[in-house]
Amino acid sequence: MFLTDPFFWEVVISGLLAGVMYSLVALGFVLIFKASGIFNFAQGVLALFAALTLVGFMDGQVPFAHVINEALGTNYHHWYETPGGGDGAPIWFVALSIAATTAVMILLAWLVVKVVLKPLVNQEGIILFMATIGLAFVLEGVGDLMWGANIKVLDIGLPSGPSDWIIDQTGMFVNKLEISAAVVAVILVVSLTLFSQYTKMGRALRAVADDHQAALSVGISLETIWWIVWSVAGIVALVAGIMWGASSGVQFSLSLIALKALPVLMLGGFTSIPGAIIGGLIIGVGEKLFEFYIGPMIGGATENWFAYVLALGFLLFRPQGLFGERIIERI
Amino acid sequence: MLYREAGDFKTTYRSDQQTFPIKSERFLFWAVIALVALAVPFFINDYLEKAVLIPFLVYAMAALGLNILIGYCGQVSLGTGGFMAVGAYATYKLMTGFEWMPMPVIIILAGFITASVGIVFGLPSLRIKGFYLAVATLASQFFLVWLFNKVPWFYNHSATGQITAPPREFLGFTLTGANAEPYATYLFCLGFVFVFAWVARNLTRGRIGRQWMAIRDMDIAAEIIGVNPLMSKLSAFAVSSFYIGIAGALYFSVWTGAAEVTEAFGIDKSFDVLFMIIIGGLGSILGSLIGAAFIVLLPVLMTNIFARWLGMSTEIAEHMQITIVGVLIIFFLIKEPHGIAALWRTIKEKLRLWPFPH
Repeated sequence: MFLTDPFFWEVVISGLLAGVMYSLVALGFVLIFKASGIFNFAQGVLALFAALTLVGFMDGQVPFAHVINEALGTNYHHWYETPGGGDGAPIWFVALSIAATTAVMILLAWLVVKVVLKPLVNQEGIILFMATIGLAFVLEGVGDLMWGANIKVLDIGLPSGPSDWIIDQTGMFVNKLEISAAVVAVILVVSLTLFSQYTKMGRALRAVADDHQAALSVGISLETIWWIVWSVAGIVALVAGIMWGASSGVQFSLSLIALKALPVLMLGGFTSIPGAIIGGLIIGVGEKLFEFYIGPMIGGATENWFAYVLALGFLLFRPQGLFGERIIERI
Repeated sequence: MLYREAGDFKTTYRSDQQTFPIKSERFLFWAVIALVALAVPFFINDYLEKAVLIPFLVYAMAALGLNILIGYCGQVSLGTGGFMAVGAYATYKLMTGFEWMPMPVIIILAGFITASVGIVFGLPSLRIKGFYLAVATLASQFFLVWLFNKVPWFYNHSATGQITAPPREFLGFTLTGANAEPYATYLFCLGFVFVFAWVARNLTRGRIGRQWMAIRDMDIAAEIIGVNPLMSKLSAFAVSSFYIGIAGALYFSVWTGAAEVTEAFGIDKSFDVLFMIIIGGLGSILGSLIGAAFIVLLPVLMTNIFARWLGMSTEIAEHMQITIVGVLIIFFLIKEPHGIAALWRTIKEKLRLWPFPH
């Protein structure tokens, strides 16, 4: 009876698409955890920061404008008008803004490695974890100071609204934006896999992930690798920020998607890229189905905790997650 | 001539093992206690009480509890906010259900209720370790907050979904409600923190504390030498939740007097308390207190500097504050990863040898 119910399939598909969004954030976590063993709590804020910066470039906002204005009594606000007027920016401008934001994220990664991580080499995991929470605070504060805390619209010309074709064919309501997110996620995962499997840099990354000391001894610079990893994570955060920002606006709550990505990580394993994707899909479908069928009976709004409980249930049977590396403990 | 050991002879095992083995340190400790217990109540006012002292005592209690779990037993937990909510709602139900019950009994009972909830949520720790456990404890955070939000029985079906503490007296002093006297609430909280800091100190250096530390340092090795991981981990969860439950109870009944669960006991509470013990020092009783003082005082200080002296708008001041807290956290972690308590230990070492360098 479930399988013939169109609602069931609609819920499953919306769950899958939401799951893809979770996976996008989880990917950034996995990349950093694999390469440096750091549980990067700032990943969500990184996405927020990237999205804020992109909006800033697209609108031509002057960074720190409201701080400068308040301190000096001036009235700066914009460098330039968005080309294209009201009906969407031209594609070259969007590409330019994204490139500029990418450059900012790479610069940020360099700063993070130099200022935060390098002095903390060889510290325990929890200390590094706390440092990334500190980093999350700094990024949140600086992001708001730079670009203002109001809710911003991010429109880079992705298709949105319900897809007519799918409604005609199946009668189901599916948002085009979510489909493009899924496509982008697939492209991202494929390119990340190609990068880590077939390039010299990717091999170095895997070497570091495997064994820090052995990698150092064959002449791989840890600092450079960390810089690259944080840059890649920054770019993944940018993609996640664009997708989430396009669907619900760029605002502080964007950084909370990190909390949605954590159960995905638990489920998929902290060290597995396919795990992040499949974990995201399971969590997405699971929480939507639970909310749809069981939620109304117990008061609704179960999405906040169901993912965690589901992941917890999985972990009781597989403590390393679905695809995580087997935990071998020695004395 | 602080911290001189010369001439301070120990003749019994007991005096050798006491918490403050140096005479001047003992003197300093009791002087501080006398100051906070006997002098502060005479010049305490509403602002000092509600913005500084009570928050400090409540968070100190929570930090003590979390430090037992993370600092001594090594089980990272991010569910502090949820457990504080359990303490607060237990207090509310007890206060409204049993009106004759004296406040200290209610608060201790709320602690025990939280402890039993903590044991349940501590069960996964037997199987899940490290960051997986940290993320798993978030389940308790989100689930408990959702539960208190959705089941009307917990907030006595009140229309707003809020819980409000009814006025209660203890020994003739009003402790809760609008007419509570600042000195009474302050001394009430101080009493709890003093007693339970003392209990925590003695728990952690006794048999059970050593079991916790063995589990923290390497759980498999501890198991092999005969430490029961089930008992140690669950007892750490129980004791820690007991403390956190008391903190939640005091937070709700004495400090704020009213609470709305998503707002008061959100995940930011969990992180605040975690900051306290990291900045103060993991595995240190003194560290929990210093960390709580630091995290409570810093925003008060910064609000005063930015908003009052420099005249910034509240929005910018708030963002500056977040940034500075973040910078300070990173700075402290880099400079002293073992917290301010470790800094204090270094200072003490230096003082003992002063004026000689070695």
